[in-house]
Amino acid sequence: MLYRENGQFKTRYVDDAQIFPIRQDRLFIGAVLLIAFVAVPLLGSDYLLRALLVPFLILALAAIGLNVLVGYCGQISLGTGAFMAVGAYAAFNLMVRLPGMPLLIALVLAGLIAALAGMVFGLPSLRIRGLYLAVATLAAQFFSDWVFAHVPWLTNGSSSGSVTAPQLQVFGFVIDSPIRKYLFCLAILSVLALLVKNLVRGRKGREWMATRDMDVAASVIGISPVRAKLSAFAVSSFIVGIAGALWAFVHLGSWEPAAFNIDLSLKLLFMIIIGGLGSVMGSLFGAAFIVLLPIFLNRLLSFLGLQASTSFISHLELMTFGVLIVLFLIAEPHGTAKLWSTAKNKLRLWPFPH
Amino acid sequence: MNMRKTLLGATAMVALAASLAGPLAQAAANEQFFPVLVYRTGPYGPNGVPWANGYVDYLKMINARDGGVNGVKLTWEECETAYATDRGVECYERLKGKGPTGATVVQPLSTGVTFALTEKAPKDKIPLITAGYGRSESADGAVFKWNFPMLGTYWTAADIIVQALIKREGGAGKLKGKTIALVYHDSPYGKEPIAMLEARSKMHGFKFIKLPVTHPGVEQKATWLQVRRERPDYVLLWGWGVMNATALKEAVATAYPLDRMYGVWWSGAEPDVKDVGESAKGYNALAMQYGAGIGKVQQDILKYVYDKNNGTGARDLVGQVLYNRGLYSAMLAVEGVRRSQEQYGKKPMTGEQVRWGLENLNFNDAALKRLGIEGQLRPLRTTCDDHMGSSWARMQTWGGKKWVMHDAWYEADMQIIKPMVREAAAKYAKEHNITQRDCAKEMTSGS
Repeated sequence: MLYRENGQFKTRYVDDAQIFPIRQDRLFIGAVLLIAFVAVPLLGSDYLLRALLVPFLILALAAIGLNVLVGYCGQISLGTGAFMAVGAYAAFNLMVRLPGMPLLIALVLAGLIAALAGMVFGLPSLRIRGLYLAVATLAAQFFSDWVFAHVPWLTNGSSSGSVTAPQLQVFGFVIDSPIRKYLFCLAILSVLALLVKNLVRGRKGREWMATRDMDVAASVIGISPVRAKLSAFAVSSFIVGIAGALWAFVHLGSWEPAAFNIDLSLKLLFMIIIGGLGSVMGSLFGAAFIVLLPIFLNRLLSFLGLQASTSFISHLELMTFGVLIVLFLIAEPHGTAKLWSTAKNKLRLWPFPH
Repeated sequence: MNMRKTLLGATAMVALAASLAGPLAQAAANEQFFPVLVYRTGPYGPNGVPWANGYVDYLKMINARDGGVNGVKLTWEECETAYATDRGVECYERLKGKGPTGATVVQPLSTGVTFALTEKAPKDKIPLITAGYGRSESADGAVFKWNFPMLGTYWTAADIIVQALIKREGGAGKLKGKTIALVYHDSPYGKEPIAMLEARSKMHGFKFIKLPVTHPGVEQKATWLQVRRERPDYVLLWGWGVMNATALKEAVATAYPLDRMYGVWWSGAEPDVKDVGESAKGYNALAMQYGAGIGKVQQDILKYVYDKNNGTGARDLVGQVLYNRGLYSAMLAVEGVRRSQEQYGKKPMTGEQVRWGLENLNFNDAALKRLGIEGQLRPLRTTCDDHMGSSWARMQTWGGKKWVMHDAWYEADMQIIKPMVREAAAKYAKEHNITQRDCAKEMTSGS
């Protein structure tokens, strides 16, 4: 009843081509942005902003980046952690070696360096696909683990391989309080999510999807698989690299190569599988599931007023989390994004379904 | 979507929102809150559990025996980090604001988490005690105002092991031309001693080889193949959790003489050797002053906590190596509170006040006696300049059934360590625009 596009006539091509053609969707997104930018910083506690939402936003950004590659272009990658590490260490070196480097420019350059690394490690995708490609990208992961641990130049000669982020500053604002960190990450996520959303609706996105669905057919109709695959690697790694720099600078503050190990790559892959392949919204859902749910489960018992030992709680957390993943994938193999679109379709007919 | 599902979903959302909303403001009470960052699960769990038990048992004992610190009751909450940096940061954020005065001190028992919290603690004004681990250069209180690597760092540990080797060889000159290998956990923890060993290698002319082992350390075949090939004269072990037991098993399989293996104090506890048992006989490890044993303070814990069925773990684990170390960690924190109460009054202390207390600790013989750790720890004294307080250690050897303590005490050579600490701390201060404190001035003004 409320969610129906009846009566919304599109008289110009521009109307038809906008991201959210339905007015209710636009209002909804507007409301979400308003809540995220105004209400949450005003009402949220420091703990909520700093310990939950900042990691959620950053990993959601990384998940969006990975989704470009896996969800839209169909190239499975296990090297996401590596590209995050490239972004993080690139930004670190840019900031430390070039004094006066503005943070935003360092982030973009770090993203570009990560994109370059992504293209190099994406080269095998031209010859192999599917699970074999996943194994090839695993090489990127192990290579980055090794190179950042063993090349002292990259860590500015730190004796233990652990490096610390310099002070972060954007347009004269020092990013140190939880609210500022949250807003900074949110702004970057919003801009890049919009960018990806537009990219996948356009020519490039269609090339990726055609390659994903059947690369032989795609090349028959004139899509160059080389360009499609490598551009997907580049765009994906660019976003993932920026997310890596944020994870290191804003969230951890001080990190070692192990912060970007294979666990993180797998976690991000789970995020987009649970959230929904080929969906920006799904990346956000998936990130929420993987980042927030374990902490919620960990605190559930004490929230319910039950006493239990720490080890019992963390074992319970792992077991419940595992069961939930299995249940989720049985109930909806296409991820939460599919649930979201099913709900929207049902809502269109509500309250008179046929 | 039917009504029931919608309701269920809504309830779940509300519950999620409420539980994530963070700690509610608590009424001011006469309590001192300790966040307890532990890991009772995962590959490092076997070593994390005894430490955590010792820590919590000591707090319980102080409440039961003394009714808290000068009438201020101790409260605490555990948070599982699983030795992961990001979960450790989440735990810290979760617990830092609890209690009437916020978190008293943080002790993460993880070098990775320590590095991350070193950046956060000064902003939140919460001191960070890292007894026997953490950043080695943080012993310099002029730069690292909030870090307290008490009882020793990895640089002092590495230094003392080399001293023990010199003693065994019968002179510093005898190390020339020898080969010393470091088998280390490939993380900030394992890499910390490298700088010190490199410095010592230049001094004495021994060959130093680095053999990293990746987390969690259950796969070491390649490492020990290298040991077999290079045949180093000594192997230093810098492992943690399952890595230690695996390294010892591999050493036995490689037929490397175990009496030529020297572990750091985190590689010398019961969980590390118990699976290897008799075949690890002869393996040496550092002891952070004291190893396993029951003294006055442990007896008090048995009497006031375990006899009342209030113990955190099993009774026979009391007095194990890592248990005692958890106990000392808690003791340092509690004594920091007690010392700061002398300055600021007998009420709950803020993190900032406790920081002053930790910087002015003085465990002399009388204090050691009062604390019930006579014969366990040596006197310790912290100043603005020296946040470590003491750098004594002993060696112990695994006898097949239990650890046998050596008599000789070693103290780290400050002539080597001090300049290295100064240099690394100054570099850190420069990178972070920290104005160094003038310790000479602060100490004379008596504040």
